[in-house]
Amino acid sequence: MSFLEIDQIHHTYFSKSSATTALSDISLEVGEGEFISFLGPSGCGKTTLLSIIAGLIEPTSGNVLLEGHPVSPSDRQIGYMLQQDYLFPWKTIEENILLGLKLSNKLNSSSKAAALSLLSQMGLPEVRNQFPKQMSGGMRQRVALVRTLATEPKLLMLDEPFSALDYQTKLRLEDLVSSTLKSFGKTAILVTHDIGEAISMSDRVYLFSPSPGRIHRTFDIPEELRKLTPFKARNNETYQKIFQTIWKELESLEPGKTEH
Amino acid sequence: MSQEKLNIKLLHEKFIHSQIIEKRWVRFSQFLIFLFFFGGWEVTSSKQWVDPLIFSSPSKIGLLLIDKIHDGTLVTNLGVTLTETVLGFILGTLLGTILAAILWWSPILSKVLDPYLVILNAMPKVALGPILIVALGPGFTSIISMGAIISVIITAIVVYTSFREVDPNYIKVLQTFGASRTQCFKEAILPASFPTIISTLKVNVGLSWVGVIVGEFLVSSKGLGYMIIYGFQVFNFTLVLLSLLVIAVFATIMYQVVAYIEKKLLKE
Ligand SMILES: Nc1ncnc2c1ncn2[C@@H]1O[C@H](COP(=O)(O)OP(=O)(O)O)[C@@H](O)[C@H]1O
Ligand SMILES: [Mg+2]
Repeated sequence: MSFLEIDQIHHTYFSKSSATTALSDISLEVGEGEFISFLGPSGCGKTTLLSIIAGLIEPTSGNVLLEGHPVSPSDRQIGYMLQQDYLFPWKTIEENILLGLKLSNKLNSSSKAAALSLLSQMGLPEVRNQFPKQMSGGMRQRVALVRTLATEPKLLMLDEPFSALDYQTKLRLEDLVSSTLKSFGKTAILVTHDIGEAISMSDRVYLFSPSPGRIHRTFDIPEELRKLTPFKARNNETYQKIFQTIWKELESLEPGKTEH
Repeated sequence: MSQEKLNIKLLHEKFIHSQIIEKRWVRFSQFLIFLFFFGGWEVTSSKQWVDPLIFSSPSKIGLLLIDKIHDGTLVTNLGVTLTETVLGFILGTLLGTILAAILWWSPILSKVLDPYLVILNAMPKVALGPILIVALGPGFTSIISMGAIISVIITAIVVYTSFREVDPNYIKVLQTFGASRTQCFKEAILPASFPTIISTLKVNVGLSWVGVIVGEFLVSSKGLGYMIIYGFQVFNFTLVLLSLLVIAVFATIMYQVVAYIEKKLLKE
């Protein structure tokens, strides 16, 4: 039994005028402490899959088991960071990062101290009384991560966490997030459409193909890259090779976009 | 270079100066209109160019004002009307918001009630006046109800719309933390719609005045509305116009106070 088992998930969105099949026959397993990535062009069902894993959407068919049990959001075992930070603009940073603890009645002086120390660990020691709009995109993204980690989820899911950031901030945050998660030994799923990010951060990459979303191929990242920080991994020779392979696969998925 | 800087400073001063001049002109013209209106009214009335029995005159209204202040009736009636209006619009806003919350809570209920809300919203609420008075008795309660009922439905519709426009991803964030529907409402829906609720206050102040004055017409025992109806019945148009002016002044003051509170609350 794996830590997370996803078994033959199908999902179709229904509306009055159409039925969109977002996911078809998705099966995969994630071991405890692993870091995996879902890579693929937009519209191939990555966000839908995360919502299903988190128990926010009931799949049309198939099962998700976390440590052998079906998931429900009220168990509060999964941390899910959405595609944008979605910090509450009327709450201070402190109120934002303590939100999950407050909602689950786990707010006490020690959990609060832990959340605040996580905030300084993320390089934001002095912001607890500020409001989100006073901060840059990169800072907000870090706060959102602290908010997600503060409830100590068993599984962490990140939906394109760096896609709205400038390149430098993105590289720096990749290293920071990677080292933070490693230090906690967290199991994590990263969604991205950046090939380099997927390779440099994860142990395994699932490449999705669109309409309907399916797993097209799986790439195991070799040990020598996994040891490195994302930034260093990007400069490695093996990285280049895997990048080329995935790039070609992606191009074969999108025949219309072969400009290079 | 320094020449250029000097020029900009000079131009800026010129600009500020022209702004001051313009402002003075506006103020002066406003004062002129005021003077012209009341002066013209006084003169035409005293020369009997208009019927002084109907149009009265500023000086007669002024004398009556002093009179009514001295015998205490103006203050009492004003107090009654102000209390009714304030209670009416606070109640209207509160009940409207609660109704909106109920509609948000149950999407099915909101679909079921939709046509009824449309009808109630379209109907002129003051027409309910006689029924209210029969049901609640001719007094304070039914007048406050008039002040409230006139704004409840429109508040509910506006606030409910803003509840539904809250970005569903905020709810998604809360749901990932296992939040209940009550918690979603308290943490996201309500605070996100706070600006809309505050801005309905400003609209409701005006509506509430209408409801309360009509209510006082009907009940006809106390308040500025009663003073108007009484003056009308005994053909004392000086009293009618005095009440009208007092209403205009205090409605403006109340509106400005609410606008100020709105600005304060939304700035935080
Ligand atoms: N709430 C929804 N209702 C209907 N269709 C949806 C909904 N959410 C997503 N879809 C559709 O499902 C497909 C997958 O979307 P999504 O999971 O957001 O993909 P990705 O995150 O990979 O960009 C898209 O075609 C999208 O239009
Ligand atoms: Mg997505």
